[in-house]
Amino acid sequence: MATHRLWLRSAALSLLFFVLLVGAWHLATLPKAEVQGANDEYAKLMGKGARKAEGFPTPAAIAAAAWQQLSDPFYDRGPNDKGIGIQLGHSLARVGLGYLLAMLFAIPLGFVIGMSPLMYRALDPYIQILKPISPLAWMPLALYTIKDSSISGIFVIFICSVWPMLINTAFGVAAVRRDWLNVARTLEVKPLRRAFQVILPAAAPTILTGMRISMGIAWLVIVAAEMLVGGTGVGYFVWNEWNNLNLTNVIFAILVIGVVGMLLDLAIGRLQKLVTYVE
Amino acid sequence: MSAFKNPFDPHVRLGAGCDCGRHRSQAEHEAEAAALRNGADLAADASEEALNRRVIESAAMRALFPHDETRRRFIRAVGASTAFAAVSQFLPFGALEAMAQDRKGALEKKDLKIGFIPITCATPLIMADPLGFYKQQGLNVDVVKTAGWALIRDKMLNKEYDATHFLSPMPIAISMGAGSTATPMRVATIQNTNGQAITLHVKHKDKRDPKQWKGFKFAVPFEYSMHNFLLRYYVAEHGLDPDKDIQIRVVPPPEMVANLRAGNLDGYLGPDPFNQRAVYDEVGFLHILSKELWDGHPCCAFGTSEAFIKENPNTFAALYRAVLTAAKMAREPKNRPLIAKVISPPNYLNQPETVVEQVLTGKFADGLGNVKNVPDRADFDPFPWYSMSTWILTQMKRWGYIKGEVNYKAIAEQVFLATDARRLMAQLDMKAPGQSYARFKVMGKEFDPAQPEKYLATFAIRKTA
Repeated sequence: MATHRLWLRSAALSLLFFVLLVGAWHLATLPKAEVQGANDEYAKLMGKGARKAEGFPTPAAIAAAAWQQLSDPFYDRGPNDKGIGIQLGHSLARVGLGYLLAMLFAIPLGFVIGMSPLMYRALDPYIQILKPISPLAWMPLALYTIKDSSISGIFVIFICSVWPMLINTAFGVAAVRRDWLNVARTLEVKPLRRAFQVILPAAAPTILTGMRISMGIAWLVIVAAEMLVGGTGVGYFVWNEWNNLNLTNVIFAILVIGVVGMLLDLAIGRLQKLVTYVE
Repeated sequence: MSAFKNPFDPHVRLGAGCDCGRHRSQAEHEAEAAALRNGADLAADASEEALNRRVIESAAMRALFPHDETRRRFIRAVGASTAFAAVSQFLPFGALEAMAQDRKGALEKKDLKIGFIPITCATPLIMADPLGFYKQQGLNVDVVKTAGWALIRDKMLNKEYDATHFLSPMPIAISMGAGSTATPMRVATIQNTNGQAITLHVKHKDKRDPKQWKGFKFAVPFEYSMHNFLLRYYVAEHGLDPDKDIQIRVVPPPEMVANLRAGNLDGYLGPDPFNQRAVYDEVGFLHILSKELWDGHPCCAFGTSEAFIKENPNTFAALYRAVLTAAKMAREPKNRPLIAKVISPPNYLNQPETVVEQVLTGKFADGLGNVKNVPDRADFDPFPWYSMSTWILTQMKRWGYIKGEVNYKAIAEQVFLATDARRLMAQLDMKAPGQSYARFKVMGKEFDPAQPEKYLATFAIRKTA
């Protein structure tokens, strides 16, 4: 009962915040009175009198843009003008591929590092140096060596999502309770079985935390990478609308990026709940 | 069949010599009649049917409305596609299309990717897509918008693009290995002449004398660009050293207006539509058109790698013809409003149509309250003069982008394909100059392409390192 009421109150408060925010936004961006004189030739060339995006868009304009984009998300008018749904698809595919590669690389390596203190110490300096490098700094190098812009994008996702997964896997594996390992040893469990049936379930929550952090970073980076490389994707969409100084669509794209990022995070959060255990 | 190459040219004479008046000659008329009799054949090559549709339809439009004004008014009133749809009911388009397919070259490669930067410099290359000039040559081209010039260079070197929109100094620089790994590139045609401007932030309305520009931050699209060389030339002629007195940054053209608005820049020598866009958005004004520095200067080019030409000579020739056809059409001032309409949508420039139209027609607001009328503000003369490439080399040496002895003649004539351009232009009934070198004046100072070193020695302000 109490939790139910709390839920209701928090929802009401959220709604209130929303109304306040949009209201303030609406008031701040009310259109100024249009200067008359569209007959004047100069004014006409300057786009006066015509519908022209001036200043910061109003919430209503954003809603209209969102409706327009979302009502036809999969249109394809040539290689440089595709609907938001297709762009999202491209971005998600890139993130998915890069992320999958990072998983295939980071989780086994993390196991090795976590199980062997020697390897941990030997590889630690490399990880510490490579970890803080901005993934976008790799872009020119990737373009030059890989010689393919879309694979370069995937590489950038790979490189940014590999570190949190690697470190968390190593940490989770190293922190498995000694007692459990000792029990396994007493029962003469084979190493492979020990890895999959003792260590993996024990370290899974930590590994998934790493994966969750990685996904967040990957989604942040893909937008920036696509703005650099262009072609397709949400980042390209933002860049293309920015070229036209169309803030309305830029804000719409920002909202979409936020919502998709949240959904990705929620999905991994669900997975995380599945593997958590109470000691 | 030159009628097919410039379908929107309202001046082409029609009904010159056939019974029904729809064909240019009796021969064409009979060919159509024969094709009609073999109606079954027409359905056969369905995939190519679409190729010629637009060209044919517009040729027919021209036949129905021989008077420019009438046709224009009709199309404006009902919209182009509606007009074609309405007219197509009365004309045997299928037959006309079948005829247009009579010249099939053995194309080595049909699916091509061509890169471009969303600026009006790329007009011929872009418009060739919506107007069907590539398809007319049997090519299936994707014109791909690209985020910046460095990326154009990388994607050309990667072979992700088959051919591309270049800044005309870029193929020279890439061929010489300046700012790149040395890879031989070729300039097939100049894309555009003139059409650039120096735009200043509105807060500098009172600083029209370049001597007041000390400490200004300017942007150019790329180091190896006419914009960079012209801006440097311009300020140096006014006594400023571009390397010491002002700051020149590389900013991709599409990001120039946003940066000018944000105050990151005081101005730029940039490509249109971004000069006009700054005016339209009331953040800048046009200080001077590049035409006033060097009338007829080249800006962008259409080119590809030497390797591509060697591997795909027929495809390259087809591509060449398509772009030249577009240039021919773009040179006609009366076609400019239509061109502005087809290249403005999001798939290409993604700009308000009025901005592009002001650039192309030369009737524009200058940001200072005046309406100016400069019909040759932008032009699209495709001929790649060797004298242009020689001048570019002198400026590259002047500002230290290349060092040591430069064999001007060899490089200039190797990269710019003037001979091929002349041959193909003749095929398309375009006027090409008889010689490939010409003297010209930049800010009143004559350049003699025969003596580049002597010219270079006359400049007091240059990089001496």
